[in-house]
Amino acid sequence: MLRFLVRRFLGAVVILFLLSIVTFLMFFGMPRDPALLMCGKTCNPQSLANIHHVLGLDKSVPEQYWIFLHNLVTGSDQFAQGPCPAPCFGYSYHTNEQVWGTLMDRLPTTVSLTLGGAVCFLIVGLGTGLLAAWRRGTLIDKAATAGAMVLSSMQIYFLGPLALAILVYQTHWFDKPAYNDFTADPFTWFTGLILPWVVLSTIFAAQYTRMARSSMIEQLQEEHVRTARAKGMSRQYVFFRYAWRGSLIPIVTIFGIDLGALLGGAIITEYTFSLPGLGQLAVQSVFFSDLPLLLGVMLFSASMILLFNIIVDACYAFIDPRVRLA
Amino acid sequence: MTTLTKEAGVPSPAGAGPLLSVRDLHVSFKTEDGIVRAVDGLSFDLMRGRTLGIVGESGSGKSVTNLTVLGLHNPMFTTVEGEILLDGQELTTARESEMEKLRGNKMAMIFQDPLTALSPYYTVGRQIAEPYMKHNGASKRAAWDRTVEMLGKVGIPHPKERAKDYPHQFSGGMRQRAMIAMALVCDPDLLIADEPTTALDVTVQAQILDLLKDLQQEFGTGIVFITHDLGVIADMADDIMVMYAGSAVERGTVDEVLRSPQHPYTWGLLNSMPRIDSALDTPLSPIPGTPPSLLNPPSGCRFHPRCTFQDRVSGSGRCASERPLLAPDRASACHLTAEQKRTIFIDEIKPRLGQG
Repeated sequence: MLRFLVRRFLGAVVILFLLSIVTFLMFFGMPRDPALLMCGKTCNPQSLANIHHVLGLDKSVPEQYWIFLHNLVTGSDQFAQGPCPAPCFGYSYHTNEQVWGTLMDRLPTTVSLTLGGAVCFLIVGLGTGLLAAWRRGTLIDKAATAGAMVLSSMQIYFLGPLALAILVYQTHWFDKPAYNDFTADPFTWFTGLILPWVVLSTIFAAQYTRMARSSMIEQLQEEHVRTARAKGMSRQYVFFRYAWRGSLIPIVTIFGIDLGALLGGAIITEYTFSLPGLGQLAVQSVFFSDLPLLLGVMLFSASMILLFNIIVDACYAFIDPRVRLA
Repeated sequence: MTTLTKEAGVPSPAGAGPLLSVRDLHVSFKTEDGIVRAVDGLSFDLMRGRTLGIVGESGSGKSVTNLTVLGLHNPMFTTVEGEILLDGQELTTARESEMEKLRGNKMAMIFQDPLTALSPYYTVGRQIAEPYMKHNGASKRAAWDRTVEMLGKVGIPHPKERAKDYPHQFSGGMRQRAMIAMALVCDPDLLIADEPTTALDVTVQAQILDLLKDLQQEFGTGIVFITHDLGVIADMADDIMVMYAGSAVERGTVDEVLRSPQHPYTWGLLNSMPRIDSALDTPLSPIPGTPPSLLNPPSGCRFHPRCTFQDRVSGSGRCASERPLLAPDRASACHLTAEQKRTIFIDEIKPRLGQG
């Protein structure tokens, strides 16, 4: 297991390294000069060159990349804005704030949104899916399947504004979504996020319902499930001990991917509800051609996805003993 | 169903009743294409400590019959009519909770492919111990001791250690032994073995058959042995029932059915079996045609479209219009007269089989 983890983490580092190169190349491949955005109305070649020099953009691309890597690993005190300890992505072109600090500021919002949403959609989605599989072919099953079909074809940018318009602005049943620090006041933290959670989890829950239902039905037709029934084990026992165990594999796989992607920034959800999370930061970094921020967000999101991929693979070993030896 | 398809019950000998008694069983499935009559008027008896071999092609209703005995059919799509009596207790109308108490306890089943029939997620020991705990209320410890004992009995070396292994760590033969241990852990009266050796090597096959015979002697279990391998059945069974398209076409003791078969379908089965002692130039002769669709089975005798002897039946078209009955005991469901059956077998079939 330890060897497996070490191997996977090394692999992830290689992927992040390649990703940073690609991001760099794409950024400089774009016909866009971040210095122009900062130069303002009184721009002349002199001040533009000056900005280029301050940002380090006058150096060659490989040299800039080398400096980026160097700063990331060892930190740097070469920045005019102040010292930048490792992991140093530099200072944002746009806000002049330290990128790593900004990421860490935004992280609690995204984590709160993601984890709260995940708890909702796992409970509702899997619960409905299991119920549908248990009552396969009945009205409950048909209603669940149809409902999941409709909801999973919805989009957040449709459901989100709709929920806002009705539940917040018309009826005032919910607070206007906002992020409040959990440690300061758990209650406003909860009330501020409840609507985003509900909207986010509605669409995910529908997908998990469909997945749980179909994989349970598939598992229930396995021969070993029939054997367990032939031994006299009850329907409940076989359902939860035998079929559910096998269904976990596809569910954990998808859940790992979803969670990793959401932690890297639930872009549309955060934008819809104006939540200052990582997803908003990603959009902002592209919008302002903010290279340090862009690299920071990209690598952070990718790390999340890679991390959860490794966690999922490690989970397989717990779920399926056949994986343990391989 | 009309009375035509009804078979007379096999009279049980005075005294001890049969362990398992199936009477005029009809099993049909609702499918999108229509109703499939998988079992169509089947009756048989099994006595304690005896082995009944059920032979037939794929789709002849062998497995469905036995899944129905255990009540493992899906009640939503399946209609079951007739009687299944286990030790005098009616199973077709029994409640699910009743069936759960019988399954794995009084009747158990061994499946064809032990790799897929054992759960990959739990240790072999746990899977064997489960029914023992459930049916006997045994403690974990007692169940585990019993599991190790059973694994030893079915010939698994170092049972104490192997019980902690997962099925994928067992070889094919070992898995089937574990499967047998699992089926016999509660000392069932009835054991249904659904092609237990089909997925195994020939050498392992013989070991498993020997094991089953030994265990049967020890426990006095009645065995229903399903197979399409006549060689295996000759070795295992006391009685044989040949099934075709959902009903029995011939029954008798092993000697009767294999040495003097009476039904054209049984002749076909024997003819299509390779023999090690036959002349090298004797071609195998498969039964012409394919098994009938059970969605709309042939009229009259189910076998008549594939039968090469139907023109010898007196009364034209009788095979296509009238379904032959299967008499009790030693019998075959065919319109040929007893005399015809005897002479055709001796003159035309036997020489080809190379039986002395």
